[in-house]
Amino acid sequence: MSDNPFSLWVYLSQSPLLWLTVTLLTYAVADAVSLATHRHPLANPVLHSTWIIGAFLLLTKTSYTTYFGGAQFVHFLLGPATIALAVPLYENRKVVAAAILPMLVALVVGSVTAIVSVVLLSEAAGLPRAIILSLAPKSVTAGVAMGISESLHADPSLTAVSVVLTGIMGAIIVTPLMNRTGITDFRARGFAVGIAAHGIGTARAFQVDAVAGVFAGIAMSLNALVTSLLVPLAVTLLIH
Amino acid sequence: MIASLSLILLCQLIGEVIVRGLDLPMPGPVIGLILLLALLLARDRFAMLARGPLQGQSQGDGVESASRGLLAHLSLLFIPAGVGVVQKLDLLAEHGIAILLILVVSVVITLLVTAAAFLLASRLLAHGEDQP
Repeated sequence: MSDNPFSLWVYLSQSPLLWLTVTLLTYAVADAVSLATHRHPLANPVLHSTWIIGAFLLLTKTSYTTYFGGAQFVHFLLGPATIALAVPLYENRKVVAAAILPMLVALVVGSVTAIVSVVLLSEAAGLPRAIILSLAPKSVTAGVAMGISESLHADPSLTAVSVVLTGIMGAIIVTPLMNRTGITDFRARGFAVGIAAHGIGTARAFQVDAVAGVFAGIAMSLNALVTSLLVPLAVTLLIH
Repeated sequence: MIASLSLILLCQLIGEVIVRGLDLPMPGPVIGLILLLALLLARDRFAMLARGPLQGQSQGDGVESASRGLLAHLSLLFIPAGVGVVQKLDLLAEHGIAILLILVVSVVITLLVTAAAFLLASRLLAHGEDQP
């Protein structure tokens, strides 16, 4: 240990190494806990990693900018991961082709519902326009949602937070909700969670059932296409 | 592995160039997704494309396995963005309850409506096939 532990902390807390390690380590532990609880919905690894890291930053008075200096290496991969969605889409092209019509119907209906419901509810709650614009793309994967938010001159960082919150909620709610409403078709369950809760929902779907996971992945990639076209349209039509 | 990652990044890069160049109202990675999908489909038709990262399923280090690797821990990738909530604490103090309620209600509605639309559409279509 050095004579002055504080100077070591000052050095480490400014280096990307510490924050990248914190991000990966927290996720690894949260994921192990989730596995140990047999993937209980409330043991969601994103939920617990996010608040633990957030609390750690607040306790150590570390700015988000400093944290992001390390975490950006993980964040950057959201873009390539969006491209990578082409692979499950390609590999399941036969399943996709067989269920293409129900999927297209559910895609359009679900995508419109996700956008319209959040915009109308926000307007009813009297939220400021800037917040409504930032919430509108919340059901699509983070890289795409932040891009949409940017092109609308909204707040991409608020969009990112609402995307993650939406994903966590969807991943927690989907299993009890579908069980209670008696929806047992894993294609429909997976597709719905992929539309409503993008990658975090898809990760959840893969934990529950492989078919659900594939349909969630397809829904998420198709939704990335549709939402990026629909949000600018919906915003023009719905927000006055 | 490196060639596969390069191909993925190249698709993303071309997507960004197209989006910025043509001033399209969609994010670059979406165009990149379409590009990679088109490449994979074209690979099945034109054998000359089946090389390097596109050489196919049997190869362990093709673009398929690189993509599976990226998607295996998709939820990890959302954590840096989610931690951004620490920057928004004042906004959440003001509007947090409303935003959380709106998001929960919107998620539940979207889940139910999407699943119902899927089931309804597949039932109607199956019915149509039974009675030609």
